[in-house]
Amino acid sequence: MRITLKQISKSFGERTVLSDVSLDEEITSLAVIGPSGAGKSTLLRIIGGLLVPSAGELLIDGKKINFTEKELLAYRRTIGFVFQSKGLFEHLTALENITLPLIHALGMAEADAARVASRLLTRFGLEAEGHKYPFQLSGGQQQRIQICRAVAGNPRLLLLDEPTSALDPELTAEVLDMLGELQKTGLNTIIVTHEMGFAKKACEKVIIVSGGTIVESGKSSELFAAPKTEQLQAFLDKVLEWHV
Amino acid sequence: MRKKYRHYICRLVQVGAAVLILLGFILLSLHRIGYEMNFTTLWQFRHRLWQGFVMTLVIAVASLCLSVLIGAIAAFAQKAKVAVVSDLARIYVQVIRGTPLLVQIYFFFYIIATSWGIDNRYLAGILILSLFEGAYIAEIIRGGLESIDSQQFEIAKAIGLTSAQTTRLVTFPLLMARILPALAGQFASIIKDSSLLSVIAVIEITQTTQEISAQNFAFFENYFFLGLQYFVLTFTVSLITRRLERKYKHADHT
Ligand SMILES: Nc1ncnc2c1ncn2[C@@H]1O[C@H](COP(=O)(O)OP(=O)(O)O)[C@@H](O)[C@H]1O
Ligand SMILES: [Mg+2]
Repeated sequence: MRITLKQISKSFGERTVLSDVSLDEEITSLAVIGPSGAGKSTLLRIIGGLLVPSAGELLIDGKKINFTEKELLAYRRTIGFVFQSKGLFEHLTALENITLPLIHALGMAEADAARVASRLLTRFGLEAEGHKYPFQLSGGQQQRIQICRAVAGNPRLLLLDEPTSALDPELTAEVLDMLGELQKTGLNTIIVTHEMGFAKKACEKVIIVSGGTIVESGKSSELFAAPKTEQLQAFLDKVLEWHV
Repeated sequence: MRKKYRHYICRLVQVGAAVLILLGFILLSLHRIGYEMNFTTLWQFRHRLWQGFVMTLVIAVASLCLSVLIGAIAAFAQKAKVAVVSDLARIYVQVIRGTPLLVQIYFFFYIIATSWGIDNRYLAGILILSLFEGAYIAEIIRGGLESIDSQQFEIAKAIGLTSAQTTRLVTFPLLMARILPALAGQFASIIKDSSLLSVIAVIEITQTTQEISAQNFAFFENYFFLGLQYFVLTFTVSLITRRLERKYKHADHT
């Protein structure tokens, strides 16, 4: 899938968070890394149609996305979005969280939606959690169910905003395993992450966002081996400081 | 199944004991002042009492619906972008909550209602009561809305719900779980507060009881029975809302 950003900028009042972000890449799996406050979430929300940029264009496979409420609504239904935490509806069970978008956003029949949802839960070893409410689930289970919801409607693109940064290491592993498996099936993903190992091994490409722009981008196999910019080198030094 | 059955019997005995203790206390108190309760005197007034009871029920149900509507409008109006609208809503809530219902009944009935030609005192009564309770309900709804994590709406947006779907499938159930207990209390207040409409001669159950007392002078029996009728109404509301609370309880774990 080709993702094209043309000079995307975003300001909140006086504060400019993204300035002139441009990108034109063929993407299957892309990792977005960078220091906190760099504008990664803002960029991801723009790509997901959740936030309208102050300026610039977004094109998916060469087709321009108009930032009108009507077109964005249709666009969002073709994209899966996974939040950092608390990404499930509090008042619905795990199963209902997965079926609600299928029924109400995609117009699937209830029985079909339930079938799709339970098949996904079984596939990822979550069948016992289907009737639990979010407050009864561990952080890792919540994230995996969020991912189930996001992929249930066969999105053309899955976006994940630091899906493991609120988790313990062993829970992080179970979420990343699930993601790795989904990526192997050919699902296009963009993931904001601090898991350098995952970015390196599981993601084909990577972009480094810092200070509201993309400072470096390329194949993950090459980019990590030989950082071209000081920002990336400094960032890697910092995140890998305690890495053994 | 059998265990559950035994559990119910056990609870029934416990509740029965509690009621008996309270009843015994009241009867003892009456005995100490040498008063013999005689409810037979109420029987001859049964038609008027029934009419009064029905009127209270009608006023309460109508005010309940109208006050929720007014409360919801006022809650959202407080957040309106047009300053006049939000100021109006805020002033309404503050003034109504800051003055006694009795004052409002006189003011609205003799000045506002008269000047605008609302001469049906039942209609006026329902409107006044709804305006009064609506201010409290507005605060309950506003507090409930503010307590919902905004990320819930972000999820709704991300999965592609329209704003009408978001209201129906997300906002409403989340809000209900948060405000039902407070709302239940407010509904009970509406029923009890309707007794004050007797001051503008709305013939509801309190007014009826006052009129009957002037005839039979059986104040204790009359007012004891009046209290019982209000309790039947408020207890019914409490049973219904408790059932609703159970339905929505999963929506609130904050
Ligand atoms: N809705 C908003 N209003 C004002 N400032 C915001 C808003 N969202 C994000 N920001 C600011 O934009 C900057 C970038 O935020 P974000 O995209 O979340 O960064 P990252 O995900 O890389 O940590 C931060 O300084 C943040 O305070
Ligand atoms: Mg972020």
